[in-house]
Amino acid sequence: MASLAATFGRGAMTNHWKDIKNADVVLVMGANPAENHPCGFKWALEARDENNATLVTIDPRFTRTSAVADKHMQIRPGSDIAVLGGLIRHMLANDLYHADYVREHTNASFLVSGDFGFEDGLFSGFDEAASAYDKTSWSYQRDAAGFVRRDMTLQDPQCAFQLLKTHYERYTPAMVARIAGCTEEKFLEMADIICSTGRADRVGTIMYAVGWTMHTVGSQIIRTAAIIQLLLGNIGRPGGGVNALRGHANVQGATDHAIVAEMLPGYMKVPTPAQTTLREYLDASTPTPLVADTVNYGGNSPKFFVSQMKAWFGDHATAANEFGYQYLAKQDGDATWLSIWDKVRQGDIEGFISLGFNSLLAGPDVPRLLESMSKLKWKVVIDPFLLDSAEFWRVPGMNPAEVQTEVMYMPTTHWIERDGSFTNSGRWVQWKEKAIDAPDGVRSDTYVLSELFWRVKELYLQDGEDAVYNEPIQNLTWDYLNPREPTLTELAKEINGYDRATGRLLSSFGELRDDGGTSAGNWIYTGSYTEAGNMMARRGTDDPTGLGMHHDWAFSWPLNRRVLYTRASADAEGRPWDSTRPGIAWNGSRWIGDVADYGATTPPGGPGAFIMTEEGVARLFSNHLVDGPFSEHYEPVESPTTNALHESVAVNPILNWYDGVRETLAAEGDDFPYACTIYRVVEHEHFVTRNVPLLVEAMPDFFVEVPEGLAALKGIENGGRARVWSKRGEVEGVAIVTKRIKPLLVNGQTVWTVGIPVHWGFVGITQGSMANLLTPYIGDANTRCPEFKAFLVNIERAEPRTT
Amino acid sequence: MVLEGAVSAASLCYCTRGMAISRRTFLKASVGGAVGLSALGFDLAPVHAAVRQLKIRNAREYKTVCPYCAVGCGTIAYTHGSGGLNTTSTVIHVEGDPDNPINGGTLCPKGASQMQLAISPRLRKSPMYRAAGANEWQEVDWDFAMDWFARKFKESRDNTFMERDAQGRTVNRTNGIAWVGSATVANEDAYLITKTMRAMGLTYIDHQARV
Repeated sequence: MASLAATFGRGAMTNHWKDIKNADVVLVMGANPAENHPCGFKWALEARDENNATLVTIDPRFTRTSAVADKHMQIRPGSDIAVLGGLIRHMLANDLYHADYVREHTNASFLVSGDFGFEDGLFSGFDEAASAYDKTSWSYQRDAAGFVRRDMTLQDPQCAFQLLKTHYERYTPAMVARIAGCTEEKFLEMADIICSTGRADRVGTIMYAVGWTMHTVGSQIIRTAAIIQLLLGNIGRPGGGVNALRGHANVQGATDHAIVAEMLPGYMKVPTPAQTTLREYLDASTPTPLVADTVNYGGNSPKFFVSQMKAWFGDHATAANEFGYQYLAKQDGDATWLSIWDKVRQGDIEGFISLGFNSLLAGPDVPRLLESMSKLKWKVVIDPFLLDSAEFWRVPGMNPAEVQTEVMYMPTTHWIERDGSFTNSGRWVQWKEKAIDAPDGVRSDTYVLSELFWRVKELYLQDGEDAVYNEPIQNLTWDYLNPREPTLTELAKEINGYDRATGRLLSSFGELRDDGGTSAGNWIYTGSYTEAGNMMARRGTDDPTGLGMHHDWAFSWPLNRRVLYTRASADAEGRPWDSTRPGIAWNGSRWIGDVADYGATTPPGGPGAFIMTEEGVARLFSNHLVDGPFSEHYEPVESPTTNALHESVAVNPILNWYDGVRETLAAEGDDFPYACTIYRVVEHEHFVTRNVPLLVEAMPDFFVEVPEGLAALKGIENGGRARVWSKRGEVEGVAIVTKRIKPLLVNGQTVWTVGIPVHWGFVGITQGSMANLLTPYIGDANTRCPEFKAFLVNIERAEPRTT
Repeated sequence: MVLEGAVSAASLCYCTRGMAISRRTFLKASVGGAVGLSALGFDLAPVHAAVRQLKIRNAREYKTVCPYCAVGCGTIAYTHGSGGLNTTSTVIHVEGDPDNPINGGTLCPKGASQMQLAISPRLRKSPMYRAAGANEWQEVDWDFAMDWFARKFKESRDNTFMERDAQGRTVNRTNGIAWVGSATVANEDAYLITKTMRAMGLTYIDHQARV
């Protein structure tokens, strides 16, 4: 999601599930929604069947989504940027882009510093010693007033549009074919379909999932897709967008509420040690406008932050104490998943709490993870089911006596025993009713948190004057009716926020103030629980636009807007690009249609459409990612071939290499000739479905998907067994010999790809190999999301089991 | 009237195409057919009606959301039980919510079998403790579990808390404890996790969005 924010201003699925029915072209890439999001995917089928849309898939496998698509193209795992870069070149070379949209709503006309450059796989500013880029040269040219210089003709060689054109010029169809393993003809056939939406009367959507995020270039793959959709004029419009299909019921909500290393609720940044005062923090996190007359909505950040601190610390957050700013921990460096386990490995982290999360099977590199986990002093696992994560000390082959970690397992309620809201992929926040009580002996997550809070707080009081710093714990607002188990309704209201003087629930984050007069636990949810009631529980089914927006159903952040960046759905005069599928339209006195993001009565012609960027427009050129203002194809850290664009810079040059990781990768001379990718099937939700008999019966065994020709080479039979191993671990299971993965001609050599499903472990009704025994301990340069989707293995026939 | 109510509550709407055929319409048609076909000299319709109403007789309806992926399919959970004091309700059936605009009553194989997740016999009912080096779990009560948790938490926080860094800047953090999860809890619990753990001084906080 980092790259969507870097391009558009917000890091979330731009449109929503039902909106997909409005598309003319649906590109599914890095996802397999027919299998993993079946009921959402039916809106893609609706588009195909009722809107005459063309549905295309690009994937290393012929998936169940491919099976119902009009066209499918197979590519090698990890070659996505080459294909997408090829699409950019194709639409620019053949004038297939939406020129009016690009001029009006993107930074195509912005002039970039003459110091910016790209050579032999490296952008300007590369610092090899620091393994980072100095981004100084990735900046705009400014005029005397400090605003960006522009060339509306898009002819200046330093304008973002021309730089973009130059950068992707190398991604010719021949180069795409060489890197991805497709043919030039097939690529061009796909390109013509995808680029057919670069006009006002057509619109296309892109659906992606972890098939894109889980790469060392994951953020840049998504950046490339975002650039494509801007060039085609498909952002902000019904039927358009870059749509991230998220995997867990509330993964969007948990991200919005910032169970995330680098964020506070509502996508505010975690403060750093260098920001020693509230003022310094706010100055660093409040964007200043780069053009005259722009909304720059991020300029309101101080109101959001102060209101959040009031929600957390109430009367203890005052102007005199910087609204409690010093209560917040200041983090140095990365604090995400891979870094956490690296610190555990070094012995720096004593205790680990895992709630609703199988922290062992999640990987990557389970052998390394196990070694680290065994160094913990204590671990707490909170989950309705007893799971591998709690029982890591008795993984088969491990001697429990050697694991000195104390472990506490606590059974807590699950969804049906609690009310509360889930936010789906498309930002719809739906309230759910509690259906049954929890059984005796089972407590809620809210109870566990509250008990922990009170007991720790009381222990600190007992310590008296010798206590370690605990002022924020003593001053944390906890004024719930039952302080040992708040209701989720109380918490929902706290998240929404109040006018503190009157106690009135706020109806919009437009009401938030930076003087302490308002509170809001998470500003993007303000409006979800107002004086009119619980907006998330609304069940109105009317759809007056016919576009599936359903404004009376549940609540959609922000402010019940159904499609993000709605202003971009219309031209400079406020007329919808396509009158049959309007997002919003200016009727002479106000915007009608979806909830306007632009001010309901602000006339067109003024500020730019993308209110969350300092530019007021979306960014074709963006300095918000760490590894380049444009994307570039780099090979996975384990690749079956060299980088055809620049052999000397094969992989992303600014990855973070944790201690000892290089030694766990296939090296020259090692025999790991095959590409491997990991995926899921419809019967599985990560790991929890191992507890459901019907699903276990439907998909009982761990398996290995082996292409026909490779199976023949290795003597592996369909239904027989196969062993697969990487430099890190090995798995064994039933062989499924398949036509779904073909050998590809990559860079002049044949590349085979093997597929492995992720699901099994040693706990559950069914047991089987852990897919993440194989995967490498390396993450994306921006998000550190691990590279689960492309690595190297070897494979051989295994003998039938005797038991 | 009984039939109307029963089928309405359980109706599945296959309305993804221009022409909507609901199960209500379908059943009306088939019940009508049964009347027409009856050669037994009595009306079979009440028999069919009785069969249809069995499953949800006395059931309560709760509108909830599927716990699996992030499509957010609406579901209806049917429970049995009087709802009175000292009684226990149980889920007898879960199906797609036909009113929900996202899924229009449909569910995938996971969603359709979610009742087996909701009331699985594999769900645990007691905290358990595993001592250092031990081979087995031992059941403990909640008071013991929470007391142990709070003491361990505070001990590690005390051991590792840093008020100022090497450059003398206020950081007020503990890098000795990590919290992960969860993408499966409600928003309100997710918010409370962040609020509580940030106030405790943790910075190692992450969830499934990363992996």
